[in-house]
Amino acid sequence: MGEIIVVTSGKGGVGKTTTTANIGTALSFSGQKVVLIDTDIGLRNLDVILGLENRIVYDLVDVITGNCRYKQALIRDKRFGNLFLMPAAQTKDKNSVRPEEMKALCEELKENFDYVVVDCPAGIERGFYNAIAGAERAIVVTTPEVSAVRDADRVIGLLETSGLRDAKLIINRFRPRMARQGDMMEIEDVIDILAIDLLGVVPEDEKIVVSTNRGEPAVMENGWGAGEAYRRIARRIQGEEVALMNFEMKPGFFGRLKKIIGVS
Amino acid sequence: MKLWDSFAKLFAAPKKEPTGSRAQARDRLRLVLVHDRATISPVMMDKLKEELLQTLSHYMQVDEVASVACLEQTEKEVRLVATFPIIKLNRNYAENIS
Repeated sequence: MGEIIVVTSGKGGVGKTTTTANIGTALSFSGQKVVLIDTDIGLRNLDVILGLENRIVYDLVDVITGNCRYKQALIRDKRFGNLFLMPAAQTKDKNSVRPEEMKALCEELKENFDYVVVDCPAGIERGFYNAIAGAERAIVVTTPEVSAVRDADRVIGLLETSGLRDAKLIINRFRPRMARQGDMMEIEDVIDILAIDLLGVVPEDEKIVVSTNRGEPAVMENGWGAGEAYRRIARRIQGEEVALMNFEMKPGFFGRLKKIIGVS
Repeated sequence: MKLWDSFAKLFAAPKKEPTGSRAQARDRLRLVLVHDRATISPVMMDKLKEELLQTLSHYMQVDEVASVACLEQTEKEVRLVATFPIIKLNRNYAENIS
């Protein structure tokens, strides 16, 4: 019996789909059986982020309308074995799915997977309510910008009204250097304003562009940066206590010199 | 220490004035959210008014029908404005609490 988690944000372009792909991949790395559902009907993208776009035969709408069994629509990621994708329909009407139907599907998948991770479309219309219909936990993704945080606040309110009271926050595309210079909101500013628990902070990372180009989630590569942040988030989702990444800058030349001669 | 500072100043890149857009972002966001949140819930306002009336009843009798509680928005802030016409103050309110 697994768990159904929705990844949502309100505003588009803050990294919901990238987050879903990376969390899913990292969870499957730790041996969990994971299915990712793309609910962005008409604007699907989770397939390309995962590099599975060439293998789609059936999609979410086919499953909902009874065109195929859900197992026929699932694409197994051969690289990880335990990771599956249920792609969204690209050409069909986005109102062809109703929240009750999504809920039923999520419940069915939950029987066979450890984690059902639902990638929510931007906005707060039908697609949003479809995506959260079956969810038991919610992750809200934002960037440290006024517009994104504002929309996140709205979404947190809507999640609460829908009974998802314990949403967790991911702050994406954080730039430590700008924050240090006082030109970006700090992590604590965002948490303070939104008043929900933090699940993780993902630094802005050029490697994300490369990994999206290749269709290989960033967590696949070892090393510091966004990939490491997502690996930690996946461990927290599984209940482990993991420290936040340290974004302090390495001391520069003068910092080191000061330390050596003992004036700092 | 002083010598060090002047030495460091000589070699360090000129410090940029902090532009402080972080504080601006934070403050603008706070205000915008007060507005956003204020527009959502007439249900919450009703509940708040009810609870205020209940609290007030420990101390005084007020005209519930004529009582009003609402949020007023100005450009700089959102404030709670409430009017409770008093009919009678309780003489021994401390006893009424317990």
